[in-house]
Amino acid sequence: MADQPNQGPSRRQFLTSAAALGAGAGISAVAGSASAATPDPLITEVQDWASGLGDGVDASPYGVPIQFEGDVIRRNVEWLTADTISSINFTPIHALDGTITPQGCAFERHHSGAIELKKEDYRLMINGLVDTPLVFSYEDLERFPRQNHTYFLECAANTGMEWAGAQLNGAQFTHGMIHNMEYSGVTLRTLLEEAGLDAAGDLKDKWVYVEGADASSNGRSIPMEKALDDCLIAFKANGEALRMEHGYPVRLVVPGWEGNMWVKWIRRIEVMDGPVESREETSKYTDVLEDGTARKWTWVMDAKSIVTSPSPQAPIKHGHGPLVITGLAWSGHGKITRVDVSKDGGKTWETARLGKEGEDKALTRFYLDTEWNGEEMFLQSRAIDETGYVQPTKTQLREVRGLNSIYHNNCIQTWWVKADGEAENVEVS
Amino acid sequence: MSKFLKLTAAALVLATPALAEKHGLGRTAMPEEIAAWDKDVSPDGTGLPVGSGNALDGEEIFADNCAICHGDFAEGVDNWPKLAGGDGTLADEDPLKTVGSYWPYLSTSFDYINRSMPFGSAQTLEPDDVYAIVAYILYSNDLVDEEFELSNETFLDVEMPNAGGFITDDRAETEYSQWRAEPCMENCKESVEITMRASVLDVTPEEEGAEAVVDDVVEEAAAEPAPEPEPVVAALDAELVAQGEKVFKKCKSCHQVGDNAKRKTGPVLNGVFGADIAASEGFKYSKVMAGYGGVWDEATLTTFLTSPRKMMKGTKMSFAGLKKDEDILAMIEYLKSVSQ
Ligand code: HEC
Ligand code: HEC
Repeated sequence: MADQPNQGPSRRQFLTSAAALGAGAGISAVAGSASAATPDPLITEVQDWASGLGDGVDASPYGVPIQFEGDVIRRNVEWLTADTISSINFTPIHALDGTITPQGCAFERHHSGAIELKKEDYRLMINGLVDTPLVFSYEDLERFPRQNHTYFLECAANTGMEWAGAQLNGAQFTHGMIHNMEYSGVTLRTLLEEAGLDAAGDLKDKWVYVEGADASSNGRSIPMEKALDDCLIAFKANGEALRMEHGYPVRLVVPGWEGNMWVKWIRRIEVMDGPVESREETSKYTDVLEDGTARKWTWVMDAKSIVTSPSPQAPIKHGHGPLVITGLAWSGHGKITRVDVSKDGGKTWETARLGKEGEDKALTRFYLDTEWNGEEMFLQSRAIDETGYVQPTKTQLREVRGLNSIYHNNCIQTWWVKADGEAENVEVS
Repeated sequence: MSKFLKLTAAALVLATPALAEKHGLGRTAMPEEIAAWDKDVSPDGTGLPVGSGNALDGEEIFADNCAICHGDFAEGVDNWPKLAGGDGTLADEDPLKTVGSYWPYLSTSFDYINRSMPFGSAQTLEPDDVYAIVAYILYSNDLVDEEFELSNETFLDVEMPNAGGFITDDRAETEYSQWRAEPCMENCKESVEITMRASVLDVTPEEEGAEAVVDDVVEEAAAEPAPEPEPVVAALDAELVAQGEKVFKKCKSCHQVGDNAKRKTGPVLNGVFGADIAASEGFKYSKVMAGYGGVWDEATLTTFLTSPRKMMKGTKMSFAGLKKDEDILAMIEYLKSVSQ
């Protein structure tokens, strides 16, 4: 502190801390290397920060995490895609706790890059089988009644690389295409009703096609029932404006359904009498089965969970004794009601404690407060949702789907924790 | 769809909206506005613009606009998507899913190419061009012959090989019914053996974290004013320039040169030889290029064109690099010629 001229510490303070440092060096020279029996100089000596002054307000008008958290960042896997414009990176879930994902480290997936679109330049059109086709400005949207909801967004390709076997060594890479935010926005239903749905006639077989403003023109067809159920036109996340990479100023929220449908920079909503069968719902986001036929319209993200710590990027660094095993669980079908954890690769299971009661289509944090004495563990977790669905093993999934799937891998993951506390992604029998 | 309806309280959600309260917000969309944005094309052909084009013309348009990434025969370059091939592989171990082998509807190709390609210059193609390109992709997949002409009228005549290859989500019957059971808690299996390890494969990226932040700082610091460029004097080798012009085909999908050159995915390259790095006005460079400093001369261009990403990690130029030394020599000579 004393060497920062703009802080202007008094001469007296400077002398005090310099003296303290000198004394500290003396003590450790006498005592040798630290042992549990020696008083901790961090406590016995007056530290700079306890004496000098810290940063003033406005040192960082919009704060970023302190430098020591510099490794809690999104990361990508370069070999996955040809470039970073149409690509994906991963949320550092191994280093987070609780359930809310900070926007700044929530994973990104773009098909033609993240665009800069001003609120003033933003337009949202509703057309097709509506009574009156409408255009809304951003300001118009903020004048409709708003709601707040917390939902997870999971890319259907999350854990996709693991179909072939244990591949990527870290929860961030195997399970990081997910985030969980509190959204503020208007229901899609409100906007559809504003345009009027009488022209659509019987709504049962109607669809809503949604499209983004970026060059990829990402578009998806959503059955009318879902559109009128819980979809949101969101403009805030975790209390502040959406980040550019998540669709600023406005994105669609499709709770519990695959992330690709949550169209960013949403610019158009068309009521139609059938699905468009766009590229993102035929070429991509379809699931080839063993005999070569493919499933389509696999929108819901089934129940899934992952131990985030310990894990390959978050090894056990403390000694033996108390250990907190923690992770995340979620289900596109509703609430998580229970999570079980196994330390022996699935031979025996214990029910974990939920951080708080499961919420509808949102991340749930679980904890297993346990003891570890250096024994090897094969850590697994298994989520159960309110429909009674139990997260399957990879073997169960492969039996039904074969080996050629890319999307919707919600299998139980195994971390092999070794005697030194290091962990590795493995597949077990 | 009907399966899905059974799962939730359909009747409640689809309650008649006639009673819904209106807020009187927004304004009526004008027909010109709807026409400008409503471009999606459905399997039955709804939304197709009037137009036509044949595979032969398509070949040329494809070579100019698409081949750099998707290959001359739509076979794909490097990691860029393959658009042709894969016939009969869907049940194989590693199926090749392309427009020809996998896509169930022809409308999807037209719709996607029309609205989203070429990558970096989307929505610049005329309907006739798109018809021609789609015809060429069909030809590349051995589905039509060279003379084949595709138009809004003949569109529905084309049958896609995998049209019958899809079923709607059947997880409720094939999976949920089995996996909604009380799970085993004890003695669930006899033994646990490791069958595969991620560290053996070793495809996980190294963690950079704090280092990455340091790199950024270094880049910022490097963004000092670059030295004045040396005047270009040497006479040009005309043959080499002509050769370079041919090589420049590989760059054309992203760069333009000449009198009417416009910025595309990449900056205009007129005058680039001898100019400061990242000096094209109005172009949004990546951080690394913007902050690199220095001048485009023989040495820097050679390094860059050999492997753009090796020289500038994080560059927006998604191009693997020129493999042959003679191509690089020719390319530099050509860039000199457009810099005089
Ligand atoms: C600069 C490289 C580039 C150029 C040039 C380009 N594309 Fe693409 N193309 C891509 C990328 C990247 C994707 C995948 C985009 C994504 O991830 O959404 C793609 C996807 C496609 C697909 C879908 C592939 C699939 O299997 O889903 C088609 C079809 C296509 N492009 C056609 C074209 C045509 C036709 C042209 C020329 C008019 C063209 N592309 C020019 C890079 C390119
Ligand atoms: C897929 C698109 C693409 C292709 C293909 C491509 N470039 Fe680029 N190029 C770019 C982009 C984008 C930039 C800006 C890079 C950045 O900001 O990091 C760039 C930058 C450059 C620059 C630096 C320009 C300046 O003003 O400083 C040169 C020189 C260049 N490219 C040459 C070439 C040549 C020669 C080829 C063909 C052999 C080529 N490029 C192919 C996209 C491309």
